[in-house]
Amino acid sequence: MNTVLDILSWILLTLGGLAVLTGGIGALRMPDLYTRMHSASVTDSLGAILVISGIMLQAGLTLATLKLAAILLFLLLTSPTASNALATAALLAGTRPLDDEDSGDAST
Amino acid sequence: MKCMPGCAHCEATSMYIVVSLALITTMGIALARALLGPSVYDRVLAVNMFGTKTVLLLSVIAFLYGRPDFLDLALAYALINFIGVLAVLEFFRSRVPDARERRTGRHG
Amino acid sequence: MTALFGVFLLSLLVITAIGIVRATNLFVAVMLMGIASLLIAANFFILDAADVALTEAAVGAGVATVLFLGALSLTTSRERAPSANALVSGIVTVIAALIVIYATFDKPQFGDPNAPVHTHVAPWYLDKTPEYIDIPNVVTAVLGSYRSYDTMGEVFVVFTAGIGVLFLLGTRRVSRSLEEESKINLGLRHHLIPRTIGRLVIPFILLFGLYVQFHGEYGPGGAFQAGAIIAASLILYALLEGERHALELLPPQVLLFMMAGGALFYAAVGIAGMLLGGNFLDFSVLLGDSVKGQQIGILLVEFGVGVTVTGTLLSIYHAFAARNTR
Repeated sequence: MNTVLDILSWILLTLGGLAVLTGGIGALRMPDLYTRMHSASVTDSLGAILVISGIMLQAGLTLATLKLAAILLFLLLTSPTASNALATAALLAGTRPLDDEDSGDAST
Repeated sequence: MKCMPGCAHCEATSMYIVVSLALITTMGIALARALLGPSVYDRVLAVNMFGTKTVLLLSVIAFLYGRPDFLDLALAYALINFIGVLAVLEFFRSRVPDARERRTGRHG
Repeated sequence: MTALFGVFLLSLLVITAIGIVRATNLFVAVMLMGIASLLIAANFFILDAADVALTEAAVGAGVATVLFLGALSLTTSRERAPSANALVSGIVTVIAALIVIYATFDKPQFGDPNAPVHTHVAPWYLDKTPEYIDIPNVVTAVLGSYRSYDTMGEVFVVFTAGIGVLFLLGTRRVSRSLEEESKINLGLRHHLIPRTIGRLVIPFILLFGLYVQFHGEYGPGGAFQAGAIIAASLILYALLEGERHALELLPPQVLLFMMAGGALFYAAVGIAGMLLGGNFLDFSVLLGDSVKGQQIGILLVEFGVGVTVTGTLLSIYHAFAARNTR
């Protein structure tokens, strides 16, 4: 049982690290504010879920697991809100998305 | 900081190290975005990403060092990060536009 | 491994510091200072100093950033051109840096058991705390009981900072009509999503602040951190609902009362010790059992500290934000 938990934690933590890294690289290389925001939000949501679940499996049924669940819940509630507020503020201030000036053909 | 004697998660330290290296790398990437980002909103995005990665890093390191009661810090950081981002957006919205911005209509 | 993390975090800190100095847009500089505070706090954390890390995060990365932003929103956000005395200030900085680096040559090795910090009072505190005070967190025992006089000084320093800011900025009483007011000080009222999530989250932040305050004897925590967290939650309320509602919730007079009352309460606990037969700030005489008396004494003085810190931070915040007439 312990090795199953360990293997599962390994998988979750590695995937989480990969997700965080990928999102971070995306935030660096994307061409526009909104695409960067989209990429950074991957680290906040998917990365957080995978990493914290991996740790929770290691912690077993203790108080630490409850605290981790609280951290995860809080992160999942507030980081999309922060992204929303940021996007609204940027849009209201006039930052246009990258291909907004292109031809407005209603193809997609 | 040594593992406390008898803590069961100490054998699984290597996966924690891998994840924490990925997290620190992403924090470095977020810092690069904060230094590079052409507009203020890129930098706010970078600071928000930095904050949430710090929360994850602290949770991982708390378990790496066998001190689950340090998870209170990670929770506090998550709260502070959220409030900080909303404060930046609110105060940036209501600031004095300086002479350069009145001329060009763009913010740095 | 601590060294590896430390090297990473501190090199990020150096890069951030260079970024802060080179930024000409002061908003950018303030946000980078928030990142620097988080980096320092993470560094404290990996060195096993949890209380300091929590304080640095709550006060430095949280409330101080908000206060800087509040001040910045009242003035221009672009740095002035540097003055002509760059060479003199450069030379002074280099000399000061060389003196400080020379002074570090005399410091003992990190973790040396014969260092002065580890050989005089520290072992006594670590040995005798279970006997005299019996709480797991020795930092709180030192802060609250052994060095209680110093902590009282700190509380009065916080109070002085608060009244200093209030002298400078004051509370402007400008009477405006209601529609004018609601157009100006909207806060984030028209943003539905942050407001809804904020309403969900603020009670839990307050609860967490109370947990940090009263759990300070058993884990990382204490009154300064708790005061900053509670103040941060009320600042969030002010951001989301607008200044007017926040000032109706806790009027400036109440905040002033909290500022002064907390510090006076601390001193009053000390005097109660004197009246019951002990010395000033001697908690052993507060109850029949001297160990329980110490614990109760620490709880009471931490309560006073928390009230003062919350009142001060909120007063300073409102002093900036209420002047914002845009």
